[in-house]
Amino acid sequence: MESKEKYRVPVSQKPHVVEKPRDINTIGGTVTIEINEKKVSVPMGTTILEACRENQIHIPTLCHHDDLCVAGVCRVCVVEVEGMRTLQASCTFPITAPVKIHTSTPMVRKARRHIIDLLLSEHYGECYSCFRNQNCELQKLAKEYGVDQYNFGHLEKPRYETDRSSASVIRDMNKCILCKRCVRTCIDLQEVGVLEAINRGHETHIGTFFDKPLSDVICINCGQCINRCPTAALRANDPSDELWEAIENPKKHVVIQTAPSPRAGIGEEFGLEPGHSMTGELNTALRRIGFDRVFDTNFTADLTIMEEGTELLNRLKKAVLLGDESVKLPQFTSCSPGWVKFIEHFYPEFLGYLSTAKSPQQMFGAVIKTFYAKESGIDPADIVSVALMPCSAKKFECNRPEMRASGYKDVDYGLTTRELAQMIKEAGIYLPEMPKSHFDEPFGDASGAGLIFGATGGVMEAALRTVYELVTGREVPFKNLNIVPCRGFEGIKQASVMLEGCKDEYSFLEGIELKFIVAHGTANAKKVMEMLRKGELKDVHFVEIMACPGGCLGGGGQPIPTSEEIRKKRAEAIYAEDESLSLRKSHENPYVKYIYENFLTEGPCSELSHHLLHTHYQKRGKFIA
Amino acid sequence: MLVLEKNSLTEEVESLVEFYGTERSALLPILQAVQRKHKYVSDFVQQEIARLLDIHPVEVYSVVSFYAFLHSEPQGRNIVRLCQTIACDLAGKEAVARAVERELGITFGQTTKDKRITLEYANCLGMCDQGPAMIVNDRVYTHLTPEKAINILNEIK
Repeated sequence: MESKEKYRVPVSQKPHVVEKPRDINTIGGTVTIEINEKKVSVPMGTTILEACRENQIHIPTLCHHDDLCVAGVCRVCVVEVEGMRTLQASCTFPITAPVKIHTSTPMVRKARRHIIDLLLSEHYGECYSCFRNQNCELQKLAKEYGVDQYNFGHLEKPRYETDRSSASVIRDMNKCILCKRCVRTCIDLQEVGVLEAINRGHETHIGTFFDKPLSDVICINCGQCINRCPTAALRANDPSDELWEAIENPKKHVVIQTAPSPRAGIGEEFGLEPGHSMTGELNTALRRIGFDRVFDTNFTADLTIMEEGTELLNRLKKAVLLGDESVKLPQFTSCSPGWVKFIEHFYPEFLGYLSTAKSPQQMFGAVIKTFYAKESGIDPADIVSVALMPCSAKKFECNRPEMRASGYKDVDYGLTTRELAQMIKEAGIYLPEMPKSHFDEPFGDASGAGLIFGATGGVMEAALRTVYELVTGREVPFKNLNIVPCRGFEGIKQASVMLEGCKDEYSFLEGIELKFIVAHGTANAKKVMEMLRKGELKDVHFVEIMACPGGCLGGGGQPIPTSEEIRKKRAEAIYAEDESLSLRKSHENPYVKYIYENFLTEGPCSELSHHLLHTHYQKRGKFIA
Repeated sequence: MLVLEKNSLTEEVESLVEFYGTERSALLPILQAVQRKHKYVSDFVQQEIARLLDIHPVEVYSVVSFYAFLHSEPQGRNIVRLCQTIACDLAGKEAVARAVERELGITFGQTTKDKRITLEYANCLGMCDQGPAMIVNDRVYTHLTPEKAINILNEIK
């Protein structure tokens, strides 16, 4: 019987799955095959590519990506299978019989070289003037297979115009090799569905609906396509030239805030293994580049927790104590700009469920150009506020017209991890050699709660540490404050905390089981929203959603490549840094207390904080005009 | 586009979806039905189809752009396609093509000003033994000569 489960993606784009046996020790559970004359046993249904990787045989791939479904379109992974008339793509060949495989025969090598040669014949541009130089999978393969001349010619003129319409993502289809990784990312992984192959034959290109500019279609700017592109066809909108100009301008006071995830990822750009946190080194490097002040976005992450946590308690109070049924629960987090644009497009009717709190980046922007400008006596017009983010959607977010609470553009530039790494290299600095230094006053220290915003589940964990303690006066009942159910990379996580022994002012919450959901990747967000639509989330109180798989540390501005393994290592680095800090709860951050005592004097969710730290959303809808 | 016009198009797509179902495989017959009636599948209709089949609009556009017999821009009332493949070419397609172009005052890929005819090339129609061949809407004409082709065109309304 055919499986009843309806795949949303076409069958052709699903892996050719042969179900693997649950227990490989059953009869017929494994197959013994020969790879290059060597006998190996593999579980039934393993692909040739997987079998070779496990046996230290390197097979080149361009369209294959660990996060994505199988495509089998680039053909560089072809191998010879005895008894087959033609070469077989190893990534789509499930092993079900004892076959004999040869991965390096003259025929295989020649075919691979020809394929690479043919890809290069339609690949416009020269490597030395390309931003992916030395980090390009096509370039690497061309070297590996000794392609030292263009046997099938080379384009002399560009075939397509570069699409620079989006604030976040730039598409240059002249560099595209049609591997369709971006298509699979957009349709399967994120379920946004902006990109597909358009036209046929030699006219095929990856395009949007009616080939409209990216800014006119429903792109959420998550940048996951950039992270998976093997060549330079996709890139983030790089503001570094304007930034250098601002740094060189003596009249401008350039401040930068750095998010937690870039620190965990930037080492990879300098050849380090994933999972090295570079906080102190990065601060020094930023000062040497010429930034006047270096701040920690975690400070406003703590502020976000205060605002969002208070908003949640206000909603709970209205719903539980006053029995108001119009209160929108569960409350959804609003830190991820990709997710915010996703809900604006796909679920505009549920915007009321979204917290009105701004993301930490925009909160910091508003605080810098008001509180900081006043404290330091600098005209906010002369401040250039930069945000180092792991994210391409932040570039769009800081350009939103409503993000001008201070009277100026709150954040002038969003900079990604990759772009900053480039700037650091350009300044002649080797990051790992830098001495460590601290963040600048008056936002010096931040808590570990703000730090773990970088990983999926982090916002939830940080919020729980604060909300639970505000309500009960005790720490959350988890060992060492590590709320383990929030962590990990499952698509959707559900858990709950019992509220017992509440303080008098929160006695209405006594005995309530605080339920929460954590989801990452917009495909999972879609599932959660469908649950909400069906009314299955009535007893849930708080939902954290991050647009990118793994949370911010897997964001569209992080170093390339990405895989689940790399994301796990980055998460480990972030959680380890959290545990090493003495300050781990947002509400205990002395600088947060200071700002509420001296600036936002009426406390969280007051009128002034609503003006500066909260925002409103647009019902964008899905229709592409 | 007028609201009334949009509503009627939505209703049309809805009835097609009801008839062909909401599986992905229903996409092609739905597109063909719209193409038959309107001679093209507009961006609005493509988005409506996507909404009702629960797929992304760009996937519909991808399919429409893939098939030569589906259009996403308005066409003339009649579509004339001349086979350009090698057998018809050897049988004298070029002379027919020039005569047709001269008669209609347009080149291949264009539509006459009165929207009567859209002229296109097609690839093999399977009439290699009877070339040159031409297909007008759904009807195939074979053994064409320039005169015969012009007579056929003049009979189209």
